Amino acid sequence: MSRIELRVNGRNVEVEADGRTLLTHALRDHLRLTGTHIGCDTSQCGSCTVHVDGKAVKSCTILAVQAAGCDILTIEGLASGRELHPMQAAFNDFHGLQCGFCTPGMIMMAIDIVNRHGRPDEATVRAELEGNLCRCTGYHNIIKAVCAGAERMGEMA
Amino acid sequence: MYDLGYSRPATLAKALELLQQDDLAQLVSGGQTLMPVLRARLAAPSQLVDIARLDDLRQICTIGAGIEIGAGMTHAEVAASPVVRAHLPALAALAGGIGDAQIRHRGTIGGSIANNDPAACYPSAVLALGARVQTNLRMLDAEAFFAGMFATALEPGEIVTAVHFPACAVACYLKFRNPASRFALVGVFAARLASDEHRIAIIGGGNGVFRWHEAERHLDRGAGVDGLDTVPLDLANFTGDIHGSADYRRHVAKVITRRALTQMA
Ligand SMILES: Cc1cc2nc3c(=O)[nH]c(=O)nc-3n(C[C@H](O)[C@H](O)[C@H](O)COP(=O)(O)OP(=O)(O)OC[C@H]3O[C@@H](n4cnc5c(N)ncnc54)[C@H](O)[C@@H]3O)c2cc1C
Ligand code: FES
Ligand code: FES
Repeated sequence: MSRIELRVNGRNVEVEADGRTLLTHALRDHLRLTGTHIGCDTSQCGSCTVHVDGKAVKSCTILAVQAAGCDILTIEGLASGRELHPMQAAFNDFHGLQCGFCTPGMIMMAIDIVNRHGRPDEATVRAELEGNLCRCTGYHNIIKAVCAGAERMGEMA
Repeated sequence: MYDLGYSRPATLAKALELLQQDDLAQLVSGGQTLMPVLRARLAAPSQLVDIARLDDLRQICTIGAGIEIGAGMTHAEVAASPVVRAHLPALAALAGGIGDAQIRHRGTIGGSIANNDPAACYPSAVLALGARVQTNLRMLDAEAFFAGMFATALEPGEIVTAVHFPACAVACYLKFRNPASRFALVGVFAARLASDEHRIAIIGGGNGVFRWHEAERHLDRGAGVDGLDTVPLDLANFTGDIHGSADYRRHVAKVITRRALTQMA
């Protein structure tokens, strides 16, 4: 067991866990931030996507200790109070989800896409979502939601 | 995953010392190959020595007409680097097409070539361009570095620190993705070097990266892309699996080579 110091959604937290603990397990099992999902064991589905130092990564493919000292942002860190982040609101308005399992990862990835591309076109969004799988929607409304969310984030900036 | 220790040494010297003291210690860079391997309990290192943030491994610069890329540079950083885009745009495009955005944010060039997965993209560029691999001990030619699938000339405890790519006239990397895993079924790095010689390096065959020498000679003689169909490509370089037979892979390799050369022209 070791003590792992993390900074999650702006708060400093300590987790007492084995060295082998994946970031995703530290978030879900130790910090009870269960918005970050686990959808595969092959690093392919992207439902575990969080930001580490501002970049989207798969939290099932990084140890918690590797993320020690980094700024971690999860889906729980997006809304301010009851007000949704514009990307969350866009997924709601454009029906970018059905069962919702992939949604936290999709939204974290969508924000990363906007951070790098500003207002991406549809082709860019499709290419950038390569690492996020959805078994329900057929992606069409997810793409619409990401483009709309990008517009709204641009207006607020 | 079996339990393990972890350290993030502040210097390369300290990392080497940790590896020397413990035979079962293993390097981790981006972890985008190693973490899935550990999760599946396919390896059981005593501890991970994390070199991802070492400054010594994190530079991209020009050296003469070529470029040097530190082993710790991520695929995303290589893809976005103005130096790489100006000098070797085909390499920037290759890096930008590895896996997906999340993988590219963490996976590194050093980890990719040290791992030498037969379907990994970078080894094709390293071999085709005649790059040299710098380690803490020595400088290795690409031909001497790669030693068949998942094998390299690296000694236990040896660390790749950088890769030196010489300038080339023009190059193109194309891969044919497995529609499910999105990994390359076959990938081809085609290049015309500064010396005007042609190089064709192929990945995804199953036995590790290799050069298609017959095609290189064909092109060096000035013969056209169309004639490539009749140029022999040894079937022994390919293996079959559920995704495709050896014959199919060889066929795809020829098609992709032709496309890459056509794009280069
Ligand atoms: C879903 C998914 C899709 C992918 N798609 C592709 C793809 O399309 N194309 C592709 O090429 N790759 C792909 N990859 C692999 C990815 O590119 C890895 O990042 C890369 O192969 C390994 O780099 P790393 O830095 O993550 O290495 P790590 O996982 O950290 O290490 C890999 C191995 O190399 C050793 N090592 C690491 N650094 C060094 C060093 N400097 N010196 C000596 N040994 C070292 C480690 O000990 C380990 O054995 C994919 C991976 C995933 C999970
Ligand atoms: S749970 Fe991380 S990629 Fe599927
Ligand atoms: S909404 Fe069900 S997996 Fe995407």
